[in-house]
Amino acid sequence: MSTPNASGWRPEMNAGGADDSTTFTGNRALMLEEPLIFEIGSTETTGVDFDEAAPALDLGTLARSAPIGLPGLSESETVRHYTRLSRQNYAIDLGLFPLGSCTMKHNPRLNEKVARMPGFADIHPLQPQETVQGALAVINELANWLIKLTGMHGVAMTPKAGAHGELCGILCIKAALEARGEDRRVLLVPESAHGTNPATAAFAGFSVEDIPATPEGRVDLEALKARLGPDVAGVMITNPNTCGLFERDMKAISDAVHAAGGYVYCDGANFNAIVGKVRPGDLGVDAMHINLHKTFSTPHGGGGPGSGPVVLSEALAPYGPIPYAARYADGSFKLVEEESAGAEHPDTFGRMTAFHGQMGMFTRALTYMLSHGADGLKQVAEDAVLNANYILRSLDDVLEAPFGGSGPCMHEALFTDNGLAEGFSTLDIAKGIIDEGYHPMTVYFPLVVHGAMLIEPTETESKAVLDQFIGALRSVALRAKNGDPALKSAPHFAPRARLDETRAARNPVLAWSEPAVAPGEPSLSEIGGS
Amino acid sequence: MPRYYTEEHEWIDVDGDVATVGITDFAQGQLGDIVFVEVPDTGAELSQGGDAAVVESVKAASDVYAPVDGTVTEGNGQLEEDPALVNSDPEGEGWFFRMTLGDKGQLDALMNAAEYKAFCDNL
Amino acid sequence: MRYLPLTADDRSAMLGVIGAASIDDLFVDVPAAARLDGPIADLPGQASELAVERHMGALARRNRAAGDGPFFLGAGAYRHHVPASVDHLIQRGEFLTAYTPYQPEIAQGTLQMLFEFQSQVARLLGTDVANASMYDGSTACWEAVVMARRITKRAKALFSTGVHPHYRSVARTMAKYTGDVLVEGDPELVPTTDWAELAAAVDKDVSCVVVQYPDILGRIDDMAALASACQASGALLIAVVTEPVALGLIKSPGEMGADIVVGEGQSIGVGLQFGGPYVGLFACKAKYVRQMPGRLCGETVDANGKRGFVLTLSTREQHIRREKATSNICTNSGLCALAFSIHMTLLGEAGLRQLAAINHGRAKTAAAELAKVPGVSVLNSAFFNEFTLLLPTAARPVVHQLAERDILGGVSLGRLYPENAGLENGLVVAVTETCTAEDIAAFAAALKEVLA
Repeated sequence: MSTPNASGWRPEMNAGGADDSTTFTGNRALMLEEPLIFEIGSTETTGVDFDEAAPALDLGTLARSAPIGLPGLSESETVRHYTRLSRQNYAIDLGLFPLGSCTMKHNPRLNEKVARMPGFADIHPLQPQETVQGALAVINELANWLIKLTGMHGVAMTPKAGAHGELCGILCIKAALEARGEDRRVLLVPESAHGTNPATAAFAGFSVEDIPATPEGRVDLEALKARLGPDVAGVMITNPNTCGLFERDMKAISDAVHAAGGYVYCDGANFNAIVGKVRPGDLGVDAMHINLHKTFSTPHGGGGPGSGPVVLSEALAPYGPIPYAARYADGSFKLVEEESAGAEHPDTFGRMTAFHGQMGMFTRALTYMLSHGADGLKQVAEDAVLNANYILRSLDDVLEAPFGGSGPCMHEALFTDNGLAEGFSTLDIAKGIIDEGYHPMTVYFPLVVHGAMLIEPTETESKAVLDQFIGALRSVALRAKNGDPALKSAPHFAPRARLDETRAARNPVLAWSEPAVAPGEPSLSEIGGS
Repeated sequence: MPRYYTEEHEWIDVDGDVATVGITDFAQGQLGDIVFVEVPDTGAELSQGGDAAVVESVKAASDVYAPVDGTVTEGNGQLEEDPALVNSDPEGEGWFFRMTLGDKGQLDALMNAAEYKAFCDNL
Repeated sequence: MRYLPLTADDRSAMLGVIGAASIDDLFVDVPAAARLDGPIADLPGQASELAVERHMGALARRNRAAGDGPFFLGAGAYRHHVPASVDHLIQRGEFLTAYTPYQPEIAQGTLQMLFEFQSQVARLLGTDVANASMYDGSTACWEAVVMARRITKRAKALFSTGVHPHYRSVARTMAKYTGDVLVEGDPELVPTTDWAELAAAVDKDVSCVVVQYPDILGRIDDMAALASACQASGALLIAVVTEPVALGLIKSPGEMGADIVVGEGQSIGVGLQFGGPYVGLFACKAKYVRQMPGRLCGETVDANGKRGFVLTLSTREQHIRREKATSNICTNSGLCALAFSIHMTLLGEAGLRQLAAINHGRAKTAAAELAKVPGVSVLNSAFFNEFTLLLPTAARPVVHQLAERDILGGVSLGRLYPENAGLENGLVVAVTETCTAEDIAAFAAALKEVLA
């Protein structure tokens, strides 16, 4: 059953903008203002009790004598400070978070519980390996899942996030080319690609050229073929792509690239749409990173940590990074590190991070995979795609869907801002949907579509939630089409109105500094306390 | 003093052997609020079409290309303090750099004011 | 399935709205030959919470947790007590399940926290500015080298031999493909750092000198002279800090003239977690801020004049500058930065100084006790909470024999430098506030027994 606007609130209420009545505190009931720790803390306060007094020290000239300026709070003040801050954030736990390409799905709490088991959370990366066999088993078991789900040959587990995974895949390609004695310098990347793709290619020393797109938002196979040649190291393709479409010609693209001596890197950011439905290994992919924080439900945490394992084809697997967890016939596990790489993994391109990867994310992702099982993961992709198509077809009468005519989308629905009233754009719709109680969709990405709005609902939303969101977005879109001036100053009900980004960039204030005080007056830190 | 325009939306004022370069009013309008400008060092050797300066708004960073070959004689240091000059007076106080003219013949291929206006109208 | 709310009725109603006959119609763009008919073979089916917890719990129990007995490992990851409120607060759903704060009106919680984090890190490291975090210390270290190349337009980096071997290894991997020239090597078992030699070696071709403080053998030294030498040659001094608690007690690298200070922030607020996720610290002088990698949060005002925070100077980053970005980093380590910031707020300056002093005191006690074991001596003349023991035999087997006695007694240099036999008798021992007098006594007794 769907109940749009169950609260009874209607957009026309408060149509004149925010309620501008003021309070003594600046608070508005549950919307609480919170100063900086530097304004409420003091360097003499601590919220930690110690077993012993500080011993006498003798560090000579290296002793830190000058004040550091780090404010402290008692535990009760600390809990309140961060709890108040948290309430100024939108989050999946509060509602639909339809950021396209980001896969903001529910984060199961079993994952959190498991990751905090002392046997996982409280072990050191350099402990003797006989004391961490369970941890190595987790890495190996997760690797096995990733290989089977993707139909690939091997997997590099150490990359710290998606972009780091891209770097890993690209370094594998570099190493493979070097082994062949070839100096290919060009990577072909579609214009619609995520910015990390060209940035990664450049970071690894490649030059980047665009791959043209067809009018229906896919890679232009013929144009790609025409560009292939002895200087091309490979392609970086996102599939499903950033327009939310499956690259129908993926296998033909791979075959053409391979025939020309190149490799196929696939950006796996959108793997959630196809997990359990199709294996990238069957489409000729040589390397693909998997964002465990997207497809496999580890939390985004307000910007990380991520985890970006890279599955590799038979051609690239020999070049993957060290260390990795190998399983031996007797059931034991061993890390293949610098020491043993010479014998067991001689062609590795080397190490790309200290230690063994994002263990805390591995335990969460494996917990999630085991919960879903192979059957559940297939259902994940199906429901994710169903939810996205439901949004696409429920809104394509009010918002332009640029590729809506070419068939179904995958896990995300793409719209443009064509047809809005003069002076109204995607930004206004995004800010308007905030007042409706949602996080906005991804906006102005992909760059190939004017005023792009990319909506990814994920599989963890119910039909009732989708119906309410559709109703809300329809309402905001109609207001934008009708030129409702209140939309230009939205959001009206968020903790802050639109922020002045120009001011932030022109005169960057990146750290707190004590405000100047009149001579004779005590400074804030001297007042101390709160 | 003749003024020329490029298809990359730079203007160039020629005064004898020295030229002043900036971005056009059209370009600043497209970029929006300018928050940062990086001008070339004095003495930098520029070649036509090569990167010469960087101009940034909140959401975009654009390269400014050298309209002709030459050597930089002066960068507009004021833009470092006040990048908004590019918005308020793009074709005056908001100039980017001055340079010598390595090959005056290159000017012939650039647009004059009327041609540039027609060029922008067609975008 | 407990994470999937759609019912069979919902699905068929939705297919009706879409105008598709079946779910397979939505996958029509996937070539039929590649489409899978059923669940992938050789993988288990869905499982209850109880069953999954049982499976994972069994794996967890096959590990010896640090807290299960005497524990003295460091070498880039440190065990400190993390107050209970830290883990509670980072599990608030509004922090845990939020995305990168791209919509600042509804992300002020994350943004203000990042602003506070940046301010805390800059003060701790003694620099003007810090970013909103990197993946970890090792990747932050490489990014600093790349940044120095951009600033100086030189490509030769001198690494102190005291830099963590994994950090050097990461840099070596990257330099192979970027054309940077690295001058680096393994340390010698001597009490002093190689910084004086580095100062003499800096010349006009050098982009940066990279030192670690305290270094991999636990040594600490004054870097002011090295900073002057770098400045005289137009090179940048990059300092790496893997144990930031030390900076509660010893001078910060920024104070001594380092241009870029990077670090591993794990030891404040973030557990050991077998090596990740951790939190990379990245800080520098204000004049280099536009060459920094990673996200930056800045202060501004909203349309009503209220103070607020936004991600800023984004034109450095990959989503705008693409192939010309300062780095390809996107997602960083936000939640670990939050844990760091909360723990630092609980400590405050007074608490941090006391914590650091207790660490140093315990380490001095442990060093004295362990040095009494026949044949064992302490390499360092100065250290914070970590020092190198010289054993009369290769340390690596000793570590395993200690583990059999349920003592995790440090990291052998044989593990860190497997190809350098000259270092094999070294054992790096870290002693934090979590090590009790009983732990130290048990370690000393076991070491004596093993070496006898």
